[in-house]
Amino acid sequence: MSRQANRGTESKKMSSELFTLTYGALVTQLCKDYENDEDVNKQLDKILFSHFLPRGYNIGVRLIEDFLARSNVGRCHDFRETADVIAKVAFKMYLGITPSVTNWSPAGDEFSLILENNPLVDFVELPDNHSSLIYSNLLCGVLRGALEMVQMAVEAKFVQDTLKGDGVTEIRMRFIRRIEDNLPAGEE
Amino acid sequence: MADAALFEFLHTEMVAELGAHHSDPGPGGQKMSLSVLEGMGFRVGQALGERLPQETLAFREELDILKFLCRDLWVAVFQKQMDSLRTNHQGTYVLQDNSFPLLIRMASGLQYLEEAPKFLAFTCGLLRGTLCILGIKSLVTASVASLPTCKFQVVIQKT
Repeated sequence: MSRQANRGTESKKMSSELFTLTYGALVTQLCKDYENDEDVNKQLDKILFSHFLPRGYNIGVRLIEDFLARSNVGRCHDFRETADVIAKVAFKMYLGITPSVTNWSPAGDEFSLILENNPLVDFVELPDNHSSLIYSNLLCGVLRGALEMVQMAVEAKFVQDTLKGDGVTEIRMRFIRRIEDNLPAGEE
Repeated sequence: MADAALFEFLHTEMVAELGAHHSDPGPGGQKMSLSVLEGMGFRVGQALGERLPQETLAFREELDILKFLCRDLWVAVFQKQMDSLRTNHQGTYVLQDNSFPLLIRMASGLQYLEEAPKFLAFTCGLLRGTLCILGIKSLVTASVASLPTCKFQVVIQKT
């Protein structure tokens, strides 16, 4: 199996591209599907917007288990710690990038993740007729789903996107509230 | 680099998404959603194929290409090699994976057997797309007798 060893690096690259390409195929498919139903593009993007969030949410709900099992990260004591874990551990583990955490609100309940390069959009060009499509919206769903499983209700949304000509990609995270009900008695 | 778990979760969501999508009880409803998944796999396979190391494009023999799929492509996509490759030397190949990663978490045995085909369509397309970019027209089908073992049958289309 010496051949395999030679191609080790290429294999790694390909498996990361696999995710990116697969996600691209999914977006393309959904764009196609809905074009048949609704010819109005505004409507189309609205549907896509509302479509990727729940998908991402479902992924996040499952991803958090995988993450906690593999990362040895304990419970975060405040939102700043959460931000650090998301940027430095989670993004690194799953996408191989480390976004920077900036723009804290004075109350400490809002921050931004700045992605220098978003691996999801590696091979993507947004056509004019989809200019309002939030391509990577899945990520917001993933973040929301994962955090909800650790008792944090948050809102995540894209406020800047390189696909739309912005210099960087920025995800704005807002802490809404702690989810208390789900805590088993005796914890905390 | 994107983690393998991410692909698995996304794949699950795709199956759920498109399963629900074309679930109208009309004839061919199930078939329809499988062909959509297969088509997406095909596109991804093509794109992956384009990014293969150049040397692989110089393959002459059909068998070499199939071996390449079993070794390199499978390692790239699923971090393991295909377990066996058989052929009748007439353009039909059977690729067997004894622990197919997309099924391995579902069950061991017969439980969820009816659900299994949905989780194979994308990969069938992936193989077909990669073969296509290497210059081979083919039909790829998959069958499961007992999870998580599955067989992919590749039938080369002679022109």
